[in-house]
Order: sequence, then C-alpha cells, then structure tokens
Amino acid sequence: MINKQVASAKDAVADIFDGATVMVGGFGEAGSPIELLHALIDQGATNLTVVNNNTGSGEVGLAALIKAGRVAKMICSYPRSVGSKVFPELYRSGKIELELVPQGTLAERIRAGGAGIPGFYTATSVGTPLADGKEQRKFGDREYVLEHGLTADFAIIKGRAADRYGNVVYNKTARNFAPIMATAAKVTIVQVADFVEAGDLDPEVIVTPGLFVQRVVTVPHPAFESQLNAQGVSYP
Amino acid sequence: MSDPNTQIGLTREQMAKRVAIDIPDGSYVNLGIGIPELIAKYVPEGRELIYHTENGLLGMGPSPAEGEGELELINAGKRQVTAIPGAAYFHHADSFTMIRGGHIDLCVLGALQVSQNGDLANWSTGGPDAIPAVGGAMDLVAGVKTIFVITQHVTKKGLPKLVKECTFPLTGPAVVSRIYTDLAVIDVTPAGFQLVELSPNVTFEYVQERTEGTLLPIPKD
Repeated sequence: MINKQVASAKDAVADIFDGATVMVGGFGEAGSPIELLHALIDQGATNLTVVNNNTGSGEVGLAALIKAGRVAKMICSYPRSVGSKVFPELYRSGKIELELVPQGTLAERIRAGGAGIPGFYTATSVGTPLADGKEQRKFGDREYVLEHGLTADFAIIKGRAADRYGNVVYNKTARNFAPIMATAAKVTIVQVADFVEAGDLDPEVIVTPGLFVQRVVTVPHPAFESQLNAQGVSYP
Repeated sequence: MSDPNTQIGLTREQMAKRVAIDIPDGSYVNLGIGIPELIAKYVPEGRELIYHTENGLLGMGPSPAEGEGELELINAGKRQVTAIPGAAYFHHADSFTMIRGGHIDLCVLGALQVSQNGDLANWSTGGPDAIPAVGGAMDLVAGVKTIFVITQHVTKKGLPKLVKECTFPLTGPAVVSRIYTDLAVIDVTPAGFQLVELSPNVTFEYVQERTEGTLLPIPKD
C-alpha cells in the first residue's frame, strides 16, 4: 500500500545532505514550513543552496537556518523584507552568496525545471543588470534573455491538508511557490495541518497531485514567523 | 490639514485619487508596494476593478477589520488583505503567467527615477551597501500592457526623479507611459516629458525647474 506519511518532521528531513539544493515554500511567512525548517536546523545539514522568494524574518524558520550558518547560497527575488536582519548582515560581510532572480523568472525557472525544460527565453530583465552575461535572442521585434530551469534535491513546503497518496491542498496565499517546487524537487516533503483519508479531498480541487510528493508529515498547529518573533523566539 | 489655497501640489492620498480616475472600468490591475497601494481606496463610483497581487490572489479586497486578518492572506507587500467574493487563489507560475503573458491591463508602480524615454529604475540605488531586491518589478514592466508610475516629483533631498537618463540600475527600458506626481500628470512621449495636467497652485515653470530633461507644455487647443 502506498502511504507517504512519515511520523515526524525529524524523520521527514533526516536524509537532507550537506551541499543539497533545497527549495523552501513560502512568500514571507505565508506558507513557510517552520517546523520542517526547524527540524532541518536540528538535523545539521550544511553548505545548502536554498531557493525561496525571501530570506525569512527575525531569527526563526528560514532566517534561523541562515543564522546557523547552514546556507552557502540563496536564490531569491527579495532578500530584504521587513524584519529580515540575518541575511543582510551575512551578505554585507561576504559570508553568504546571493543569486538575485526576478520573481516571475524564479517561478518560471522552477516550473520549467519541474517540467523537464532546461531553458526558456523571457523579456523580463532585458536591458537591466540582471541580464548581464546571459544569452539574448530576438523573436519578432523583441529581445529576450535565456534563463535556465531550476531543480532541487529537496523541496520542503506547507499545505493545509494531504492524504496518504501525497495529494495536497493549500490555504489561501500560502500556496505561492509550493506547487511548482513540488514538481521541481527529487524529494518533496510537505507538512500539513490535516492528514485526511484518501478520497476526502475532492479530485476537482486537489492542487498538487500525489506523484509530486514523497513525504507527508502532520503538524496540526503550525507556528508562524510573526508570532514567534513577537514572542522573542530565536531558534534553536 | 494644509490650506487648499496655498498648498503646493497634491498629498499622497490626492495623488492616489487622481490615478484612480484614469483606470477604466473592468480593468485587471496590479498595484505596487507603497503609494500605489492607496489607489485601491479611490475607485470612482460605478466602476469595478479587479486587483491582482502577485503572491497568488486575483480579487484582492481592502485591508481586514482590526483583529480579523489572516496570516496567510496577504499581499505582495506582506500586509494582510481580504479576498472579494469571486476571488481566486493560484500558485506563483500561474500568477506570473498573468503578468508575463500580458493578461494584466495596468500596473501602477513607485519609482526612484523615470527617464524621458520611459526607462524605469525602482529596485536598487546600486550603492555598495545596498541589498539588491527586485521582487516582481521586472516581470511587471516587461509583461503588463500599461505601466503608470506614481511618485513624488523630487527626492527627499530635492533632486529630480524625472531625468534625462536614469543613473540607478534599470527595472526596464522604455516601459512607462504616464507619470503621476504631486506636481503634475506627465506622459512619456517620443518628444520628451509631455505635461498633461498641473496640480493646484503649480506652474509650468515650477515643474520644469524640478524636472531634468525636456518638459513640453500642455498643448493649446
């Protein structure tokens, strides 16, 4: 019988290895898989390349992983959100690498990676410093820049509910990058508040079909960055 | 409140209200972070606009009432919002398909600089200590049909933001069609900055002094 449920966040991230590329769901705190991130900090993997739109806030979740020195490189579109202190300090002191990618190009690179598409042309960033050094080509009257598909060893994402097949539904704007990251990673690990029986999720509204998911862990009451930050939490 | 008889130019709220007048009924609109967010409050009577926020919501409504917000219902500025009846959620690739595929009618963005040929710089000052952060701005200017800019006419230090050529790194070349400032409404045309409308108690000369590059007077009928 197929059953992708694992017992704990600790078990779910146990094989994330040093040097892995890890896609992390979330846009700001919406959709950030805090418990999986904290389990990854406890697990100890280092020299990671992390793909996320931002760099976390305060000293919890993604920001805590960066603060712990586990992240060698961030691939993101907006590394200096409100409350983001850890990344800017490390970046200014040259201790972390940044690959800055326009948000839509980041999304499309992940989508393409998940779909087996190695590269694509886009008008985004043409005529700006972010197109420097990239191949350009004219289609019709317009210039486009070549961007490469992005894949990962692992994706850690957050959903609202999932079943044993790994079918996932999300909560409002917490969906953001999670469905495309699930397609682009070799191993996708999802934390959900509700683990439901197969058949409980309406097939018409399932957002991520189960074959994109390898592990499901139930976190009934997930924490949020803003709440932990308000409590002054610094993880670990 | 400042005296309307002596106040020079528009307040931020008045600027936002002025932009709202020009947005056609039925438009799909993306509003940038900052002053553009204010525009949503001023939709003229009888018009229906649908707001898109690039983090995955079409049909963004106003801010929630105190204490009724949700941590996972936010806008691109990561502030809590609401969803109107008839709203839809979607993932990031779909959201940017809307933007990059030319399906959004209008985007209103803030600016550090706009050049007289419509180049926009709004993501980085390029300073050595700056943390570069682009977000969705380059996708928006490359993909949305019409780009409006709303900005103060000059910087806090009094330097022009409407310039001959941008000195800051570009968000996109030749993308802005119209600029709304506290002092004027200005179109970007092949001949230069074309004055369309002056704010109350503002003269052509006053705007010209604060604008680098060619400013063309309002054509006489």
